Amino acid sequence: MTAPTLAARPVTHPVADSLTMVRRRLVHMRRYPSLTIMLIGQPIVFLLLFAFVFGATMGAGLAGPGGGRTDYLVFITPTILLMTVASVALATALAVATDMTEGIVARFRTMAIARVSVLTGHVVGAVIQTAIALAVVLAVALLLGFRTGAGPLAWLGVVGVLALATVALTWFTVALGLAAGSVETASNTPMFLLLLPFLGSGFVTTDSMPAGLRWFAEHQPFTPIIDTLRGLLTGAPDLAAPAAAAVAWCVVITAASYLWAKRLYARRTDS
Amino acid sequence: MATEPAISVADLHHAYGTRPVLRGVDLDVAPGTVFALLGPNGAGKTTVVKILSTLVRADAGRLRVAGHDLATEPDAVRAAIGVTGQFSAVDGLLTGTENLQLMADLHHLPRARGRARTRELLEQFDLADAAGRPAGSYSGGMRRRLDLAMTLVGTPELIFLDEPTTGLDPRSRRDLWTTVRALVQTGVTVFLTTQYLEEADQLADDVGVLDGGRLVARGSPAHLKTLVPGGHVRARFAGHDDLAAAAGAVPAGVPDPDALTLQVPATGVPDLRALLDRLDAAGAAPDELTVHTPDLDDVFLALTGHATSTETTREVPAP
Repeated sequence: MTAPTLAARPVTHPVADSLTMVRRRLVHMRRYPSLTIMLIGQPIVFLLLFAFVFGATMGAGLAGPGGGRTDYLVFITPTILLMTVASVALATALAVATDMTEGIVARFRTMAIARVSVLTGHVVGAVIQTAIALAVVLAVALLLGFRTGAGPLAWLGVVGVLALATVALTWFTVALGLAAGSVETASNTPMFLLLLPFLGSGFVTTDSMPAGLRWFAEHQPFTPIIDTLRGLLTGAPDLAAPAAAAVAWCVVITAASYLWAKRLYARRTDS
Repeated sequence: MATEPAISVADLHHAYGTRPVLRGVDLDVAPGTVFALLGPNGAGKTTVVKILSTLVRADAGRLRVAGHDLATEPDAVRAAIGVTGQFSAVDGLLTGTENLQLMADLHHLPRARGRARTRELLEQFDLADAAGRPAGSYSGGMRRRLDLAMTLVGTPELIFLDEPTTGLDPRSRRDLWTTVRALVQTGVTVFLTTQYLEEADQLADDVGVLDGGRLVARGSPAHLKTLVPGGHVRARFAGHDDLAAAAGAVPAGVPDPDALTLQVPATGVPDLRALLDRLDAAGAAPDELTVHTPDLDDVFLALTGHATSTETTREVPAP
Protein backbone atom coordinates (compact mmCIF):
# COMPACT_ATOMS: atom_id res chain seq x y z
CA MET A 1 0.00 0.00 0.00
CA THR A 2 1.11 3.52 -0.69
CA ALA A 3 2.24 5.40 2.37
CA PRO A 4 -0.45 7.93 3.27
CA THR A 5 2.08 10.74 3.60
CA LEU A 6 3.15 10.16 0.04
CA ALA A 7 -0.37 10.26 -1.34
CA ALA A 8 -1.43 13.20 0.79
CA ARG A 9 0.85 15.68 -0.94
CA PRO A 10 1.04 14.80 -4.59
CA VAL A 11 3.28 17.16 -6.48
CA THR A 12 2.59 17.75 -10.12
CA HIS A 13 5.54 18.06 -12.47
CA PRO A 14 4.33 20.24 -15.33
CA VAL A 15 7.68 20.42 -17.10
CA ALA A 16 8.53 16.72 -16.83
CA ASP A 17 4.99 15.75 -17.83
CA SER A 18 5.01 18.12 -20.79
CA LEU A 19 8.32 16.66 -21.97
CA THR A 20 6.84 13.18 -21.72
CA MET A 21 3.93 14.33 -23.89
CA VAL A 22 6.32 15.93 -26.40
CA ARG A 23 8.18 12.62 -26.67
CA ARG A 24 4.84 10.91 -27.24
CA ARG A 25 3.97 13.24 -30.11
CA LEU A 26 7.43 12.83 -31.67
CA VAL A 27 7.07 9.05 -31.55
CA HIS A 28 3.68 9.43 -33.27
CA MET A 29 5.40 11.47 -35.96
CA ARG A 30 8.00 8.75 -36.46
CA ARG A 31 5.41 5.96 -36.40
CA TYR A 32 3.22 7.67 -38.95
CA PRO A 33 5.74 9.15 -41.41
CA SER A 34 3.29 9.31 -44.31
CA LEU A 35 1.46 12.16 -42.56
CA THR A 36 4.68 14.09 -42.01
CA ILE A 37 5.69 13.52 -45.63
CA MET A 38 2.30 14.74 -46.81
CA LEU A 39 2.52 17.82 -44.59
CA ILE A 40 5.92 18.75 -45.96
CA GLY A 41 4.98 17.62 -49.47
CA GLN A 42 1.99 19.93 -49.68
CA PRO A 43 3.94 23.23 -49.57
CA ILE A 44 6.63 21.75 -51.81
CA VAL A 45 4.01 20.92 -54.43
CA PHE A 46 2.77 24.52 -54.26
CA LEU A 47 6.34 25.73 -54.56
CA LEU A 48 7.00 23.61 -57.66
CA LEU A 49 3.64 24.48 -59.18
CA PHE A 50 4.07 28.21 -58.78
CA ALA A 51 7.75 28.27 -59.72
CA PHE A 52 7.53 26.16 -62.86
CA VAL A 53 3.95 26.35 -64.09
CA PHE A 54 3.05 29.94 -63.26
CA GLY A 55 6.50 31.30 -62.55
CA ALA A 56 7.45 32.90 -65.87
CA THR A 57 4.08 34.58 -66.45
CA MET A 58 3.63 35.71 -62.87
CA GLY A 59 7.18 36.96 -62.68
CA ALA A 60 6.67 39.04 -65.83
CA GLY A 61 3.43 40.37 -64.38
CA LEU A 62 5.06 41.37 -61.13
CA ALA A 63 8.28 42.99 -62.20
CA GLY A 64 7.46 43.91 -65.77
CA PRO A 65 8.97 42.34 -68.91
CA GLY A 66 12.36 41.93 -67.24
CA GLY A 67 10.95 39.75 -64.44
CA GLY A 68 10.92 36.01 -64.63
CA ARG A 69 10.82 32.69 -62.91
CA THR A 70 13.61 33.46 -60.43
CA ASP A 71 12.08 36.77 -59.37
CA TYR A 72 8.81 35.00 -58.73
CA LEU A 73 10.53 32.26 -56.73
CA VAL A 74 11.96 34.92 -54.45
CA PHE A 75 8.51 36.51 -54.22
CA ILE A 76 6.69 33.30 -53.18
CA THR A 77 9.26 31.57 -50.97
CA PRO A 78 8.16 33.49 -47.84
CA THR A 79 4.56 32.56 -48.66
CA ILE A 80 5.47 28.90 -49.02
CA LEU A 81 7.31 29.01 -45.69
CA LEU A 82 4.20 30.34 -43.99
CA MET A 83 2.08 27.72 -45.76
CA THR A 84 4.43 25.10 -44.34
CA VAL A 85 3.64 26.42 -40.86
CA ALA A 86 -0.09 26.24 -41.65
CA SER A 87 0.27 22.76 -43.12
CA VAL A 88 1.81 21.35 -39.93
CA ALA A 89 -0.81 23.20 -37.91
CA LEU A 90 -3.50 21.24 -39.78
CA ALA A 91 -1.96 18.06 -38.43
CA THR A 92 -2.04 19.50 -34.92
CA ALA A 93 -5.80 20.00 -35.11
CA LEU A 94 -6.07 16.40 -36.26
CA ALA A 95 -3.79 15.05 -33.53
CA VAL A 96 -5.62 16.95 -30.78
CA ALA A 97 -9.05 15.87 -32.03
CA THR A 98 -7.90 12.26 -32.29
CA ASP A 99 -6.55 12.39 -28.75
CA MET A 100 -9.82 13.76 -27.41
CA THR A 101 -11.87 11.00 -28.99
CA GLU A 102 -9.62 8.26 -27.65
CA GLY A 103 -9.59 6.82 -24.19
CA ILE A 104 -5.96 7.68 -23.56
CA VAL A 105 -6.72 11.30 -22.61
CA ALA A 106 -9.38 10.13 -20.16
CA ARG A 107 -6.67 7.97 -18.63
CA PHE A 108 -4.31 10.96 -18.37
CA ARG A 109 -7.03 12.89 -16.60
CA THR A 110 -7.41 10.22 -13.92
CA MET A 111 -3.68 10.45 -13.18
CA ALA A 112 -1.93 12.96 -10.97
CA ILE A 113 -0.26 14.77 -13.85
CA ALA A 114 -0.28 18.43 -14.82
CA ARG A 115 -3.48 18.80 -16.84
CA VAL A 116 -2.14 21.28 -19.35
CA SER A 117 0.78 18.97 -20.23
CA VAL A 118 -1.37 17.19 -22.80
CA LEU A 119 -1.80 20.47 -24.68
CA THR A 120 1.71 21.82 -24.17
CA GLY A 121 3.01 18.47 -25.40
CA HIS A 122 1.14 19.01 -28.65
CA VAL A 123 2.31 22.61 -28.99
CA VAL A 124 5.99 21.95 -28.33
CA GLY A 125 5.90 18.82 -30.49
CA ALA A 126 4.29 20.82 -33.30
CA VAL A 127 6.93 23.54 -33.06
CA ILE A 128 9.68 20.92 -33.46
CA GLN A 129 7.80 19.33 -36.36
CA THR A 130 7.36 22.74 -38.00
CA ALA A 131 11.06 23.56 -37.65
CA ILE A 132 11.97 20.33 -39.44
CA ALA A 133 9.39 20.98 -42.17
CA LEU A 134 10.62 24.56 -42.68
CA ALA A 135 14.21 23.36 -43.03
CA VAL A 136 13.22 20.86 -45.71
CA VAL A 137 11.06 23.33 -47.64
CA LEU A 138 13.74 26.00 -47.51
CA ALA A 139 16.30 23.49 -48.77
CA VAL A 140 14.06 22.72 -51.75
CA ALA A 141 13.62 26.44 -52.47
CA LEU A 142 17.39 26.88 -52.43
CA LEU A 143 17.78 23.94 -54.80
CA LEU A 144 15.31 25.58 -57.18
CA GLY A 145 17.41 28.71 -57.26
CA PHE A 146 16.08 30.83 -54.40
CA ARG A 147 18.81 33.25 -53.37
CA THR A 148 18.77 36.06 -50.85
CA GLY A 149 21.16 38.74 -49.81
CA ALA A 150 19.76 38.70 -46.29
CA GLY A 151 22.33 39.05 -43.52
CA PRO A 152 22.39 37.23 -40.18
CA LEU A 153 20.20 39.88 -38.53
CA ALA A 154 17.56 39.61 -41.23
CA TRP A 155 17.62 35.80 -40.95
CA LEU A 156 17.18 36.12 -37.21
CA GLY A 157 14.14 38.24 -37.95
CA VAL A 158 12.81 35.60 -40.35
CA VAL A 159 13.25 32.87 -37.74
CA GLY A 160 11.58 35.09 -35.13
CA VAL A 161 8.55 35.88 -37.29
CA LEU A 162 8.17 32.24 -38.32
CA ALA A 163 8.43 31.17 -34.68
CA LEU A 164 5.73 33.63 -33.62
CA ALA A 165 3.49 32.54 -36.49
CA THR A 166 4.07 28.87 -35.61
CA VAL A 167 3.11 29.35 -31.97
CA ALA A 168 0.04 31.39 -32.97
CA LEU A 169 -1.24 28.94 -35.59
CA THR A 170 -0.43 25.94 -33.41
CA TRP A 171 -2.45 27.19 -30.43
CA PHE A 172 -5.19 28.19 -32.86
CA THR A 173 -5.37 24.69 -34.32
CA VAL A 174 -5.13 23.11 -30.87
CA ALA A 175 -8.30 25.06 -30.04
CA LEU A 176 -9.91 24.03 -33.35
CA GLY A 177 -9.04 20.42 -32.62
CA LEU A 178 -10.66 20.70 -29.20
CA ALA A 179 -13.71 22.47 -30.60
CA ALA A 180 -14.25 19.85 -33.31
CA GLY A 181 -16.65 17.15 -32.26
CA SER A 182 -14.98 14.59 -34.48
CA VAL A 183 -11.70 13.84 -36.20
CA GLU A 184 -13.34 14.48 -39.60
CA THR A 185 -14.42 17.98 -38.59
CA ALA A 186 -10.96 18.67 -37.21
CA SER A 187 -9.38 17.74 -40.53
CA ASN A 188 -11.69 20.06 -42.49
CA THR A 189 -12.16 23.24 -40.45
CA PRO A 190 -8.54 24.49 -40.54
CA MET A 191 -8.36 24.09 -44.33
CA PHE A 192 -9.05 27.82 -44.80
CA LEU A 193 -5.57 28.46 -43.42
CA LEU A 194 -4.15 27.14 -46.69
CA LEU A 195 -6.46 29.43 -48.65
CA LEU A 196 -5.64 32.66 -46.82
CA PRO A 197 -2.23 33.24 -48.49
CA PHE A 198 -4.06 33.32 -51.85
CA LEU A 199 -6.46 35.97 -50.55
CA GLY A 200 -3.55 38.13 -49.44
CA SER A 201 -0.14 39.20 -50.61
CA GLY A 202 1.03 35.59 -50.91
CA PHE A 203 1.15 35.11 -54.66
CA VAL A 204 0.33 38.50 -56.15
CA THR A 205 0.50 42.06 -54.90
CA THR A 206 -2.70 43.22 -53.26
CA ASP A 207 -2.99 46.35 -55.43
CA SER A 208 -3.85 44.12 -58.41
CA MET A 209 -7.07 43.01 -56.67
CA PRO A 210 -10.63 44.43 -56.92
CA ALA A 211 -11.54 46.84 -54.11
CA GLY A 212 -13.46 44.53 -51.74
CA LEU A 213 -11.01 41.67 -51.96
CA ARG A 214 -8.13 44.10 -51.70
CA TRP A 215 -9.51 45.49 -48.46
CA PHE A 216 -9.78 41.97 -47.04
CA ALA A 217 -6.31 41.05 -48.29
CA GLU A 218 -4.73 44.06 -46.66
CA HIS A 219 -6.43 43.49 -43.33
CA GLN A 220 -6.00 39.76 -42.82
CA PRO A 221 -3.15 38.44 -40.64
CA PHE A 222 -1.25 36.50 -43.32
CA THR A 223 -0.52 39.60 -45.40
CA PRO A 224 1.64 41.51 -42.87
CA ILE A 225 3.41 38.26 -41.89
CA ILE A 226 4.24 37.49 -45.53
CA ASP A 227 5.20 41.11 -46.21
CA THR A 228 7.55 41.12 -43.23
CA LEU A 229 9.21 37.82 -44.23
CA ARG A 230 9.53 38.98 -47.84
CA GLY A 231 10.92 42.34 -46.79
CA LEU A 232 13.51 40.72 -44.52
CA LEU A 233 14.62 38.30 -47.25
CA THR A 234 14.78 40.91 -50.03
CA GLY A 235 16.18 43.71 -47.92
CA ALA A 236 13.22 46.07 -48.22
CA PRO A 237 13.96 49.44 -46.58
CA ASP A 238 11.05 50.14 -44.25
CA LEU A 239 9.42 47.19 -42.50
CA ALA A 240 8.20 48.87 -39.33
CA ALA A 241 4.51 48.90 -40.29
CA PRO A 242 4.07 45.31 -41.53
CA ALA A 243 6.38 43.97 -38.81
CA ALA A 244 4.38 45.63 -36.07
CA ALA A 245 1.13 44.36 -37.57
CA ALA A 246 2.58 40.83 -37.94
CA VAL A 247 3.77 40.70 -34.34
CA ALA A 248 0.47 42.13 -33.08
CA TRP A 249 -1.56 39.59 -35.04
CA CYS A 250 0.60 36.70 -33.78
CA VAL A 251 0.37 37.82 -30.15
CA VAL A 252 -3.39 38.36 -30.35
CA ILE A 253 -4.02 35.02 -32.07
CA THR A 254 -1.79 33.21 -29.58
CA ALA A 255 -3.41 34.78 -26.53
CA ALA A 256 -6.99 34.35 -27.76
CA SER A 257 -6.39 30.77 -28.93
CA TYR A 258 -4.60 29.82 -25.71
CA LEU A 259 -7.50 31.06 -23.61
CA TRP A 260 -10.04 29.47 -25.93
CA ALA A 261 -8.16 26.14 -25.90
CA LYS A 262 -7.83 26.20 -22.13
CA ARG A 263 -11.53 26.82 -21.70
CA LEU A 264 -12.49 24.10 -24.19
CA TYR A 265 -10.11 21.65 -22.55
CA ALA A 266 -11.50 22.38 -19.11
CA ARG A 267 -15.03 22.01 -20.41
CA ARG A 268 -14.31 18.74 -22.15
CA THR A 269 -12.51 17.39 -19.11
CA ASP A 270 -15.16 18.45 -16.63
CA SER A 271 -18.39 17.45 -18.27
CA MET B 1 -6.97 4.95 8.89
CA ALA B 2 -7.12 1.18 8.66
CA THR B 3 -10.85 1.14 9.26
CA GLU B 4 -11.70 3.91 6.79
CA PRO B 5 -13.47 2.54 3.73
CA ALA B 6 -11.55 2.61 0.47
CA ILE B 7 -14.58 4.29 -1.06
CA SER B 8 -17.33 6.05 0.78
CA VAL B 9 -20.27 7.55 -1.07
CA ALA B 10 -23.14 9.33 0.64
CA ASP B 11 -26.17 10.80 -1.07
CA LEU B 12 -24.60 11.05 -4.51
CA HIS B 13 -26.67 12.96 -7.03
CA HIS B 14 -25.84 13.73 -10.61
CA ALA B 15 -27.70 14.92 -13.67
CA TYR B 16 -26.74 15.42 -17.30
CA GLY B 17 -28.53 18.64 -18.12
CA THR B 18 -32.02 18.17 -16.77
CA ARG B 19 -31.93 14.38 -16.92
CA PRO B 20 -31.12 12.92 -13.50
CA VAL B 21 -28.75 9.95 -13.71
CA LEU B 22 -27.97 9.32 -10.06
CA ARG B 23 -30.64 10.08 -7.50
CA GLY B 24 -29.10 9.47 -4.11
CA VAL B 25 -26.57 6.65 -4.07
CA ASP B 26 -24.94 5.51 -0.84
CA LEU B 27 -22.24 2.89 -0.67
CA ASP B 28 -19.05 1.91 1.15
CA VAL B 29 -16.29 -0.35 -0.10
CA ALA B 30 -13.94 -1.95 2.43
CA PRO B 31 -10.21 -1.92 1.62
CA GLY B 32 -8.90 -5.05 -0.04
CA THR B 33 -12.29 -6.20 -1.30
CA VAL B 34 -13.98 -6.39 -4.68
CA PHE B 35 -17.15 -4.40 -5.11
CA ALA B 36 -19.28 -4.98 -8.18
CA LEU B 37 -21.76 -2.39 -9.37
CA LEU B 38 -24.35 -4.19 -11.38
CA GLY B 39 -26.95 -2.63 -13.60
CA PRO B 40 -28.53 -2.49 -17.05
CA ASN B 41 -27.24 -0.17 -19.75
CA GLY B 42 -27.98 3.42 -18.86
CA ALA B 43 -28.36 2.74 -15.15
CA GLY B 44 -25.56 5.17 -14.36
CA LYS B 45 -22.73 2.71 -13.63
CA THR B 46 -20.20 4.48 -15.81
CA THR B 47 -21.22 7.83 -14.34
CA VAL B 48 -20.43 6.52 -10.87
CA VAL B 49 -16.99 5.40 -12.05
CA LYS B 50 -16.36 8.71 -13.82
CA ILE B 51 -17.25 10.62 -10.68
CA LEU B 52 -15.21 8.45 -8.33
CA SER B 53 -12.19 8.54 -10.66
CA THR B 54 -12.27 12.39 -10.82
CA LEU B 55 -13.36 12.58 -14.48
CA VAL B 56 -16.71 14.16 -13.71
CA ARG B 57 -17.62 16.41 -10.80
CA ALA B 58 -20.70 15.23 -8.92
CA ASP B 59 -23.64 17.59 -8.53
CA ALA B 60 -24.01 16.67 -4.87
CA GLY B 61 -22.81 14.09 -2.38
CA ARG B 62 -20.15 13.43 0.24
CA LEU B 63 -17.48 11.39 -1.48
CA ARG B 64 -14.21 10.02 -0.18
CA VAL B 65 -11.86 7.84 -2.19
CA ALA B 66 -8.68 6.26 -0.82
CA GLY B 67 -8.93 8.42 2.28
CA HIS B 68 -9.26 11.72 0.42
CA ASP B 69 -12.13 14.04 -0.26
CA LEU B 70 -12.97 13.98 -3.96
CA ALA B 71 -14.02 17.60 -4.10
CA THR B 72 -11.05 19.15 -2.29
CA GLU B 73 -8.17 16.75 -2.98
CA PRO B 74 -8.70 15.30 -6.45
CA ASP B 75 -4.96 15.06 -7.12
CA ALA B 76 -4.42 12.98 -3.98
CA VAL B 77 -7.20 10.67 -5.16
CA ARG B 78 -5.62 10.47 -8.63
CA ALA B 79 -2.29 9.48 -7.09
CA ALA B 80 -3.91 6.53 -5.33
CA ILE B 81 -6.15 5.10 -8.06
CA GLY B 82 -5.88 3.36 -11.39
CA VAL B 83 -8.68 3.32 -13.96
CA THR B 84 -9.43 0.98 -16.81
CA GLY B 85 -12.40 2.45 -18.61
CA GLN B 86 -14.91 0.93 -20.93
CA PHE B 87 -13.10 2.24 -23.97
CA SER B 88 -9.57 1.21 -24.59
CA ALA B 89 -7.17 3.79 -23.18
CA VAL B 90 -4.01 2.70 -24.93
CA ASP B 91 -2.07 4.75 -27.45
CA GLY B 92 -2.47 2.83 -30.69
CA LEU B 93 0.61 4.34 -32.33
CA LEU B 94 2.91 3.43 -29.45
CA THR B 95 4.18 -0.10 -28.90
CA GLY B 96 3.23 -2.09 -25.82
CA THR B 97 6.57 -1.24 -24.22
CA GLU B 98 6.24 2.45 -25.08
CA ASN B 99 2.73 2.62 -23.66
CA LEU B 100 3.91 1.18 -20.35
CA GLN B 101 7.03 3.35 -20.39
CA LEU B 102 4.80 6.40 -20.95
CA MET B 103 2.87 5.49 -17.80
CA ALA B 104 6.13 4.96 -15.89
CA ASP B 105 7.32 8.43 -16.99
CA LEU B 106 4.04 10.03 -15.96
CA HIS B 107 4.32 8.35 -12.56
CA HIS B 108 7.88 9.75 -12.38
CA LEU B 109 9.38 6.36 -11.67
CA PRO B 110 13.17 6.39 -11.79
CA ARG B 111 14.38 5.18 -15.19
CA ALA B 112 15.63 1.77 -14.10
CA ARG B 113 12.54 1.07 -12.03
CA GLY B 114 10.29 2.15 -14.87
CA ARG B 115 12.03 -0.26 -17.22
CA ALA B 116 11.88 -3.10 -14.72
CA ARG B 117 8.17 -2.47 -14.04
CA THR B 118 7.47 -2.40 -17.78
CA ARG B 119 9.21 -5.74 -18.32
CA GLU B 120 7.49 -7.26 -15.31
CA LEU B 121 4.02 -6.23 -16.48
CA LEU B 122 4.63 -7.34 -20.09
CA GLU B 123 5.58 -10.73 -18.68
CA GLN B 124 2.66 -10.88 -16.25
CA PHE B 125 0.11 -9.98 -18.91
CA ASP B 126 1.54 -12.30 -21.51
CA LEU B 127 2.47 -9.44 -23.83
CA ALA B 128 6.23 -9.94 -24.01
CA ASP B 129 6.06 -11.30 -27.58
CA ALA B 130 4.00 -8.36 -28.79
CA ALA B 131 5.92 -5.74 -26.78
CA GLY B 132 7.57 -4.22 -29.84
CA ARG B 133 4.42 -3.94 -31.96
CA PRO B 134 2.17 -0.86 -32.04
CA ALA B 135 -0.82 -1.38 -29.76
CA GLY B 136 -3.10 -0.53 -32.67
CA SER B 137 -2.33 -3.94 -34.14
CA TYR B 138 -3.33 -5.84 -30.98
CA SER B 139 -6.42 -8.02 -30.69
CA GLY B 140 -9.24 -6.92 -28.38
CA GLY B 141 -8.08 -9.18 -25.57
CA MET B 142 -4.46 -8.03 -25.86
CA ARG B 143 -5.52 -4.39 -25.85
CA ARG B 144 -7.54 -4.93 -22.71
CA ARG B 145 -4.58 -6.66 -21.04
CA LEU B 146 -2.27 -3.81 -22.01
CA ASP B 147 -4.87 -1.36 -20.76
CA LEU B 148 -4.97 -3.06 -17.38
CA ALA B 149 -1.19 -3.36 -17.25
CA MET B 150 -0.95 0.42 -17.86
CA THR B 151 -3.35 0.98 -14.99
CA LEU B 152 -1.06 -1.02 -12.72
CA VAL B 153 2.25 0.70 -13.57
CA GLY B 154 1.88 3.09 -10.64
CA THR B 155 0.87 0.27 -8.23
CA PRO B 156 -2.47 1.87 -7.30
CA GLU B 157 -4.13 0.89 -4.05
CA LEU B 158 -7.57 1.12 -5.62
CA ILE B 159 -8.52 0.28 -9.17
CA PHE B 160 -11.68 0.97 -11.11
CA LEU B 161 -12.66 -1.44 -13.84
CA ASP B 162 -15.55 -0.21 -15.95
CA GLU B 163 -17.06 -3.21 -17.74
CA PRO B 164 -13.63 -4.79 -18.06
CA THR B 165 -14.73 -7.89 -19.97
CA THR B 166 -17.33 -6.40 -22.32
CA GLY B 167 -16.55 -7.66 -25.79
CA LEU B 168 -13.99 -10.23 -24.69
CA ASP B 169 -14.14 -13.89 -25.64
CA PRO B 170 -14.81 -16.35 -22.79
CA ARG B 171 -11.19 -17.32 -22.42
CA SER B 172 -9.92 -13.76 -22.19
CA ARG B 173 -12.69 -13.08 -19.71
CA ARG B 174 -11.55 -15.95 -17.50
CA ASP B 175 -7.93 -14.81 -17.75
CA LEU B 176 -8.95 -11.35 -16.63
CA TRP B 177 -10.85 -12.77 -13.67
CA THR B 178 -7.72 -14.65 -12.63
CA THR B 179 -5.75 -11.41 -12.85
CA VAL B 180 -8.27 -9.52 -10.73
CA ARG B 181 -8.23 -12.25 -8.08
CA ALA B 182 -4.43 -12.13 -8.00
CA LEU B 183 -4.56 -8.35 -7.57
CA VAL B 184 -6.92 -8.62 -4.64
CA GLN B 185 -4.50 -11.07 -3.05
CA THR B 186 -1.94 -8.27 -2.94
CA GLY B 187 -4.31 -6.03 -1.01
CA VAL B 188 -5.67 -3.91 -3.87
CA THR B 189 -9.28 -2.76 -3.67
CA VAL B 190 -11.28 -3.27 -6.84
CA PHE B 191 -14.40 -1.39 -7.88
CA LEU B 192 -15.88 -2.94 -10.97
CA THR B 193 -18.99 -2.39 -13.02
CA THR B 194 -20.49 -5.13 -15.07
CA GLN B 195 -23.59 -6.25 -16.90
CA TYR B 196 -22.60 -9.86 -16.39
CA LEU B 197 -24.03 -11.36 -13.27
CA GLU B 198 -21.67 -14.27 -13.51
CA GLU B 199 -18.78 -11.86 -13.31
CA ALA B 200 -20.08 -10.28 -10.11
CA ASP B 201 -20.76 -13.76 -8.74
CA GLN B 202 -17.22 -14.88 -9.59
CA LEU B 203 -15.30 -11.88 -8.33
CA ALA B 204 -17.21 -9.72 -5.93
CA ASP B 205 -17.31 -9.79 -2.15
CA ASP B 206 -20.07 -7.28 -2.30
CA VAL B 207 -22.56 -6.35 -5.00
CA GLY B 208 -24.68 -3.26 -5.48
CA VAL B 209 -27.54 -3.31 -7.98
CA LEU B 210 -28.04 0.07 -9.62
CA ASP B 211 -31.30 0.84 -11.36
CA GLY B 212 -32.94 4.13 -12.18
CA GLY B 213 -30.20 6.09 -10.45
CA ARG B 214 -30.54 4.30 -7.12
CA LEU B 215 -29.04 1.26 -5.46
CA VAL B 216 -31.94 -1.14 -5.31
CA ALA B 217 -30.06 -3.90 -3.51
CA ARG B 218 -26.82 -4.39 -1.71
CA GLY B 219 -25.03 -7.44 -0.28
CA SER B 220 -22.84 -10.43 -1.01
CA PRO B 221 -23.78 -12.50 -4.06
CA ALA B 222 -24.96 -15.30 -1.74
CA HIS B 223 -27.18 -12.95 0.20
CA LEU B 224 -28.64 -11.38 -2.89
CA LYS B 225 -29.71 -14.82 -4.03
CA THR B 226 -31.78 -15.20 -0.88
CA LEU B 227 -33.83 -12.25 -2.08
CA VAL B 228 -35.52 -14.26 -4.79
CA PRO B 229 -37.64 -17.35 -4.27
CA GLY B 230 -35.81 -20.66 -4.39
CA GLY B 231 -35.18 -22.78 -7.43
CA HIS B 232 -37.74 -24.38 -9.64
CA VAL B 233 -38.20 -27.14 -12.14
CA ARG B 234 -39.74 -26.44 -15.50
CA ALA B 235 -41.38 -29.34 -17.28
CA ARG B 236 -42.37 -29.08 -20.92
CA PHE B 237 -45.10 -31.28 -22.31
CA ALA B 238 -46.04 -32.54 -25.75
CA GLY B 239 -49.59 -31.17 -25.71
CA HIS B 240 -52.28 -29.32 -23.83
CA ASP B 241 -53.85 -32.52 -22.48
CA ASP B 242 -50.64 -33.63 -20.81
CA LEU B 243 -50.11 -30.14 -19.40
CA ALA B 244 -53.64 -30.08 -17.97
CA ALA B 245 -53.16 -33.52 -16.41
CA ALA B 246 -49.84 -32.48 -14.91
CA ALA B 247 -51.27 -29.21 -13.57
CA GLY B 248 -54.07 -31.18 -11.95
CA ALA B 249 -51.60 -33.54 -10.27
CA VAL B 250 -49.28 -30.77 -9.05
CA PRO B 251 -51.35 -27.92 -7.59
CA ALA B 252 -48.23 -25.88 -6.68
CA GLY B 253 -47.23 -25.70 -10.33
CA VAL B 254 -47.83 -22.69 -12.54
CA PRO B 255 -48.82 -23.74 -16.04
CA ASP B 256 -47.92 -21.71 -19.11
CA PRO B 257 -50.25 -22.89 -21.91
CA ASP B 258 -48.34 -20.99 -24.63
CA ALA B 259 -45.01 -22.59 -23.84
CA LEU B 260 -46.65 -25.87 -22.76
CA THR B 261 -44.66 -25.75 -19.55
CA LEU B 262 -45.36 -26.21 -15.89
CA GLN B 263 -43.14 -24.40 -13.43
CA VAL B 264 -42.89 -26.05 -10.03
CA PRO B 265 -40.98 -24.74 -7.01
CA ALA B 266 -38.26 -27.25 -6.12
CA THR B 267 -35.02 -26.85 -4.27
CA GLY B 268 -33.45 -30.28 -4.06
CA VAL B 269 -33.34 -33.85 -5.30
CA PRO B 270 -36.20 -35.05 -2.97
CA ASP B 271 -38.48 -32.35 -4.39
CA LEU B 272 -37.57 -33.39 -7.87
CA ARG B 273 -38.16 -37.08 -7.16
CA ALA B 274 -41.57 -36.35 -5.62
CA LEU B 275 -42.52 -34.27 -8.64
CA LEU B 276 -41.58 -37.00 -11.11
CA ASP B 277 -43.52 -39.58 -9.07
CA ARG B 278 -46.63 -37.41 -9.20
CA LEU B 279 -46.30 -36.79 -12.91
CA ASP B 280 -45.88 -40.53 -13.50
CA ALA B 281 -48.97 -41.27 -11.46
CA ALA B 282 -50.93 -38.74 -13.52
CA GLY B 283 -49.66 -40.29 -16.74
CA ALA B 284 -48.17 -37.00 -17.92
CA ALA B 285 -44.55 -37.69 -18.88
CA PRO B 286 -42.67 -34.45 -19.63
CA ASP B 287 -40.79 -34.09 -22.89
CA GLU B 288 -38.14 -31.97 -21.30
CA LEU B 289 -37.17 -31.07 -17.77
CA THR B 290 -34.99 -28.16 -16.73
CA VAL B 291 -33.78 -27.58 -13.19
CA HIS B 292 -33.22 -23.96 -12.34
CA THR B 293 -31.23 -22.81 -9.32
CA PRO B 294 -31.48 -19.11 -8.55
CA ASP B 295 -28.57 -17.01 -9.76
CA LEU B 296 -27.91 -13.32 -9.84
CA ASP B 297 -29.94 -13.08 -13.04
CA ASP B 298 -33.03 -13.88 -11.06
CA VAL B 299 -32.06 -11.36 -8.43
CA PHE B 300 -31.44 -8.79 -11.07
CA LEU B 301 -34.71 -9.33 -12.89
CA ALA B 302 -36.68 -9.52 -9.68
CA LEU B 303 -35.13 -6.33 -8.36
CA THR B 304 -34.99 -4.16 -11.43
CA GLY B 305 -38.45 -5.33 -12.45
CA HIS B 306 -39.99 -3.93 -9.26
CA ALA B 307 -37.53 -1.46 -7.97
CA THR B 308 -38.49 1.45 -10.17
CA SER B 309 -42.03 1.46 -8.79
CA THR B 310 -41.33 0.71 -5.12
CA GLU B 311 -38.29 2.96 -4.91
CA THR B 312 -36.94 1.35 -1.78
CA THR B 313 -33.51 0.04 -1.05
CA ARG B 314 -33.56 -3.42 0.33
CA GLU B 315 -30.80 -3.74 2.86
CA VAL B 316 -29.37 -7.19 3.08
CA PRO B 317 -28.28 -8.02 6.61
CA ALA B 318 -24.63 -8.84 6.99
CA PRO B 319 -23.90 -12.50 7.63
